[in-house]
Amino acid sequence: MSDEQKQPANNEDPKGRRMFVKIGVGSLAIAACGTGLFGYQFMYPNVLYEPSPIVNAGKPDRYPADSVTLDPETGIYVVRNSEGFYALSAVCTHLGCLTAWKPELGIIACPCHGSKFQRTGIKIEGPAPKPLPWLRMWINDDGDLLVDRSFPITQKQMVRV
Amino acid sequence: MAKTIDNYVDDLRRSRVWYSIFRSGPGFSNLHRALTVQQNIFLHLFSVKARKRAMSFSATWYLGALTMTTFVILVATGILLMLYYHPSVPQAYNDMKDLQFVVSSGVFLRNLHRWSAHAMVFLVFAHMFKVFYRGAYRPPREFNWVIGVVLLLMTLLLSYTGYLLPWDQLSYWAVTVGSNIASAVPVFGSDIRFLMLGGHQVNANALLRFYVLHCVILPLTLVLLIAVHFWRIRKDGGIYAGPEFEAIPVDDNAEKLEVTQ
Repeated sequence: MSDEQKQPANNEDPKGRRMFVKIGVGSLAIAACGTGLFGYQFMYPNVLYEPSPIVNAGKPDRYPADSVTLDPETGIYVVRNSEGFYALSAVCTHLGCLTAWKPELGIIACPCHGSKFQRTGIKIEGPAPKPLPWLRMWINDDGDLLVDRSFPITQKQMVRV
Repeated sequence: MAKTIDNYVDDLRRSRVWYSIFRSGPGFSNLHRALTVQQNIFLHLFSVKARKRAMSFSATWYLGALTMTTFVILVATGILLMLYYHPSVPQAYNDMKDLQFVVSSGVFLRNLHRWSAHAMVFLVFAHMFKVFYRGAYRPPREFNWVIGVVLLLMTLLLSYTGYLLPWDQLSYWAVTVGSNIASAVPVFGSDIRFLMLGGHQVNANALLRFYVLHCVILPLTLVLLIAVHFWRIRKDGGIYAGPEFEAIPVDDNAEKLEVTQ
């Protein structure tokens, strides 16, 4: 004797089953919200293995008088002029390419879309919307030049040695 | 008149957007329900109707469905774990330690992945024993049994390749031993080991190969075979509910086979 013959009534009661589906789908929706939050927390790294934003640019006498020196590893220029030292971000303000110092022209140029800057960071031409930002620079107790790449400074400042 | 949630659901099912996706409007007739299953790319692998006996706990102990559930958990947690894992030496070990101690819920996901893997191996065996002792492997289901055996092999290979990925002492020596066992195969043994490890030692190449096998090749193969496995259930007359429900009576099988030979 098959089960179909034993319990014909249960199958004809869609209300109970629909309530079951509603409660089930509702619970799953709540669980899905929790899972979304859980997933967001998981994907947000708690520890980063990125290089420090503070760069040691070495002793000031490394840099010849009246020079612009690019460090491609850290993406900064150390500029030395008659008044002192300052640091400039080498990352183009257009779309983030690394710019290069052109000693024969005396300008900074971006290879990606042709933006050109003066050695003070001011834009000469090209699509870059802003000048190259100045970065805070100071000398530590060992006499090394340090540069903080984490944010641009609005007040231009130089380091005199 | 205030609308109930049912009214809104019905309105949604009558809408053009719903119809453009699902092709089935409102309604609860048997035909309608059958079409809903048949016209859905995911559900069409399954039968549109199932015997009540086949849905009961005692028929299957739900072992196949539970195995599939552990596999879904493994895919979900595995993809999340991949976000923090680099298959390189010695970074792999450091990443595993980060997942344990630094990443939010990392230890939970890693343990969920590991325990689900153990559970999947256990459930696959349990499923196969249940199928065997109920005689659900008999014609016309004999080819689905063969696919099931291949699925068991895939499960074990996934388990084995995943074992190396933490790159700790246990995994290193387990794969050293396992690859030496593989090299005992006559004639091709040393070639099999060389290809498996991508070298003579368990090293960076072996880790990368096991990673690619574990995360790409084996899961894709498994998904494909699972699809065939489910589709064969439908083609072979639905989930096995017992000999009295089989389209080909079990007693007639011997005779039928003789006819086809």
